Amino acid sequence: MDTYSILREIADSWVLLAMFLFFVGVVVWVFRPGSRPVHQDIADIPFRNDDTPGCANNCASCMCSKIKELQP
Amino acid sequence: MGNYFKLIALGCTALFAAIAANWGRDPAYILHAMIILGVSGYMFIRVLRSIDEPVKATPHGYMDDVVRAGVIATGLWGVVGFLVGVVIAFQLAFPALNFEVLQPYGNFGRLRPLHTSAVIFAFGGNALIMSSFYIVQRTCGARLWGGNLAWFVFWGYNLFIVLAATGYLLGATQSKEYAEPEWYVDLWLTIVWVAFLLVYLGTIFKRTEKHIYVANWFLLSFIITVAMLHIVNNISIPVSIWGSKSVQIFGGVQDAMTQWWYGHNAVGFFLTAGFLGMMYYFVPKQAGRPVYSYKLSIIHFWALIFLYIWAGPHHLHYTALPDWASTLGMVFSIILWMPSWGGMINGLMTLQGAWDKLRTDPVLRMFVISLAFYGMSTFEGPMMSIRAVNSLSHYTDWTIGHVHSGALGWNGMITFGALYFLTPKLWGRAQMHSMSAINWHFWLATIGIILYAASMWVTGIMEGLMWREVDANGFLVNSFADTVSAKFPMYVVRGLGGVLYLTGALIMVWNMFMTIWGGARVAAPVGIPAE
Repeated sequence: MDTYSILREIADSWVLLAMFLFFVGVVVWVFRPGSRPVHQDIADIPFRNDDTPGCANNCASCMCSKIKELQP
Repeated sequence: MGNYFKLIALGCTALFAAIAANWGRDPAYILHAMIILGVSGYMFIRVLRSIDEPVKATPHGYMDDVVRAGVIATGLWGVVGFLVGVVIAFQLAFPALNFEVLQPYGNFGRLRPLHTSAVIFAFGGNALIMSSFYIVQRTCGARLWGGNLAWFVFWGYNLFIVLAATGYLLGATQSKEYAEPEWYVDLWLTIVWVAFLLVYLGTIFKRTEKHIYVANWFLLSFIITVAMLHIVNNISIPVSIWGSKSVQIFGGVQDAMTQWWYGHNAVGFFLTAGFLGMMYYFVPKQAGRPVYSYKLSIIHFWALIFLYIWAGPHHLHYTALPDWASTLGMVFSIILWMPSWGGMINGLMTLQGAWDKLRTDPVLRMFVISLAFYGMSTFEGPMMSIRAVNSLSHYTDWTIGHVHSGALGWNGMITFGALYFLTPKLWGRAQMHSMSAINWHFWLATIGIILYAASMWVTGIMEGLMWREVDANGFLVNSFADTVSAKFPMYVVRGLGGVLYLTGALIMVWNMFMTIWGGARVAAPVGIPAE
């Protein structure tokens, strides 16, 4: 078989299935139990760090924790 | 050390450009060589003067000066693009406006790509770059990665615009719609775009928020997909390294399919995904409430990117393209209606509990009307992609009307909203200089779009019907010139709609200028209802 036919056969069978399953997986993952507080937290991101860079969740590794240490 | 490499690279570029200016085969190429010579010479002196100077420490705050430059560039390019649009609209109504003295530079054929590129790439592109720089910093809680690389992206992108625009006027085009710039301009854009991707990804990598906010998903998909589309659609071999002409690698129907895979995904990822990224940040910010459903926004994202990429063949109904391919494009276009409306509903419902703000906040009104136009054009688009509808609509002005209800309504209005949001914030003002001027802009732009879209519906369907009208013996009733003369009144109405839209944009630029210069004039937002 020529390259076109091989690629086409793979594309409209297994690749199609894989992409479809990935998409269904995303939808299922979105509605997993316990995701609501996580999503609420993410949805609030635009209302944090408006004026200066932040260090919300990983203060230990973040630059601004070091800046705070330097400040009197 | 890096500065020495910069000097070598800039010196070599300047030398090459000087040789190219001498040996160039066509005017566009020679002019571009001179522009590049000037830019690289200027940069050479700039780098040379700063060599061995002490390196300044990186400030810790957000990098907003590049966003400020982007805001100004967006406003100015918008006016240029709309103005050229108005000119060519009247050229269609009154062909005498293709003045003899301006030939060939000022005719419709050369001004038309100037208009499309100025509004899509200059106005829209600068809006996307500046707002993605703003959004990625705020939602990641981190300064832009890469130091002055963000400035390189801004100036490099605007140099690309200048090269593209001057090239069109001088006749350098590879004749691919929305991808007209020739090979060396394409190469330059590729470099700039990779730098854009690096700045964006670098900022995301050093974010201080644990999660990546949905706006960044959309903006990142826009950057990556546009890179892929741009490279594949512009594979060409230059005829000579000393000339602008190049020959495409693909030919025939493969070339057509590649072009519309590019063309439709430029709509899908440049004008939709990128602007949706803006929507998911600015609408919640302006409404003061988080997005209606974060779950829906995730599904919106994955559905949109999984579907959009297949919709291109609907541009090639009834052509040499195999039927299965155009059917595929049609089916995916229709399915695409769902995620589009999901996103529109998500944006509109963000106002739930804050609808009263629409009465008092003209900026929020801009965002809402843009979402309304997004919903309208994403319903119209799938409908027009159906083969039977397309047989009437294709090649008519209905398509032009559809494009403009999307571009003026959705992209334009959301960009105006973003500019009104960002200008006071970035220059430390309480609000825009004049709130009533925003209201004026809103109504001028809205009425302008309505005149535009309505006249194009009428004239598009009319000419579609006239083209297919046959008499009892099966002969065509109308000649092409008959349809042209029948369209005249609608062309004038369309031009007037453009004038209104341009007037609104001029008011906006004045308002931005006054805000940056002076600050707020009115204390309270206008439109507070009487008790």
